[in-house]
Amino acid sequence: MKTVFKRTPSLKDTQTHYCPGCGHGLAHRLLAEAIDELGIHDRTIGIAPVGCAVLAYDYLDVDMIEVAHGRAPAVATGMKRTNPDKIIFSYQGDGDLAAIGTAEIIHAAHRAEQITVIFINNAVFGMTGGQMAPTTLLGQVTTTTPQGRQSNGQGFPLQISELLAILPGAIYVERCSVYNPAQISNTKKAIKHAFELQMNGAKGLSLVEVLSPCPTYWHMSPARSMEWIEKEMTKVFPLGKLKDIA
Amino acid sequence: MAGKIKINTERCKGCGLCITVCPKNGIVLSKHPNKHGYFPAQANNHDCNGCAACATICPDVVIEVSREVNIVEVKEIKKQNCGIKTKINY
Repeated sequence: MKTVFKRTPSLKDTQTHYCPGCGHGLAHRLLAEAIDELGIHDRTIGIAPVGCAVLAYDYLDVDMIEVAHGRAPAVATGMKRTNPDKIIFSYQGDGDLAAIGTAEIIHAAHRAEQITVIFINNAVFGMTGGQMAPTTLLGQVTTTTPQGRQSNGQGFPLQISELLAILPGAIYVERCSVYNPAQISNTKKAIKHAFELQMNGAKGLSLVEVLSPCPTYWHMSPARSMEWIEKEMTKVFPLGKLKDIA
Repeated sequence: MAGKIKINTERCKGCGLCITVCPKNGIVLSKHPNKHGYFPAQANNHDCNGCAACATICPDVVIEVSREVNIVEVKEIKKQNCGIKTKINY
């Protein structure tokens, strides 16, 4: 018998605080595996977001910093410019990146900063209690949209990846998901590719969006949440490579 | 039994995602809660082929998978035999 799957060293051997079936645990694992497989553990610096993944630095065994809400791309800019040999990534949720931090991510991409952004999109504000996020789907029931989100007054779901893909400074933008093992492998490939671009000194920002489940605030079982991503969420947020000019 | 999984039941949160992806229906939720109050996943390992789908989808990374022959080795054996069917212990 040969062990073919076990916890990767860059993922600390601790229990996470996430709810059962949360996608953050998966994203952390894929990130840690990508870091270990590329052998960049010693020179990687991560940025934890404000949101459910605020304690990501307790789970990922790389140097990490916690920054103000939404300002991760701005801090990453400074880190990369002063330490060009380091691999800098920011790990942000949709409340962090698509709501309060929209200006920072757009301008970081616009300036072609050589950083990697992992964007976890679960269409809801998880940490604060399931309120509507800019990425919430039309008709989706949240704490602040009890009748379901209506475009008249509450707007449409914000497609950050499409928005960034049109900027010349963004060199790699891909939207992935974690709803089945095949998609999980794809997501890992995308994260690795984004890191490889940064390692090779590609001039621009790389972003991997991960559609991730939030069973607690979608009021669904974990298995049903995965189905919901596949059937409903991917209609509004189509999966695939939006840009790869490397 | 070509494969075997080991579940850390004290870390498992009982989300049941592993159960949905297991092609052999080899995982069930335990009837006894762990110390955190979750009903963890339990493997019977009768028919496990070590595909690692359960470990791939586990959000809490509590599953460790081992198997008799690595898939890469199987591919190499197939390559060497140039399509001649041989019995592989897998």
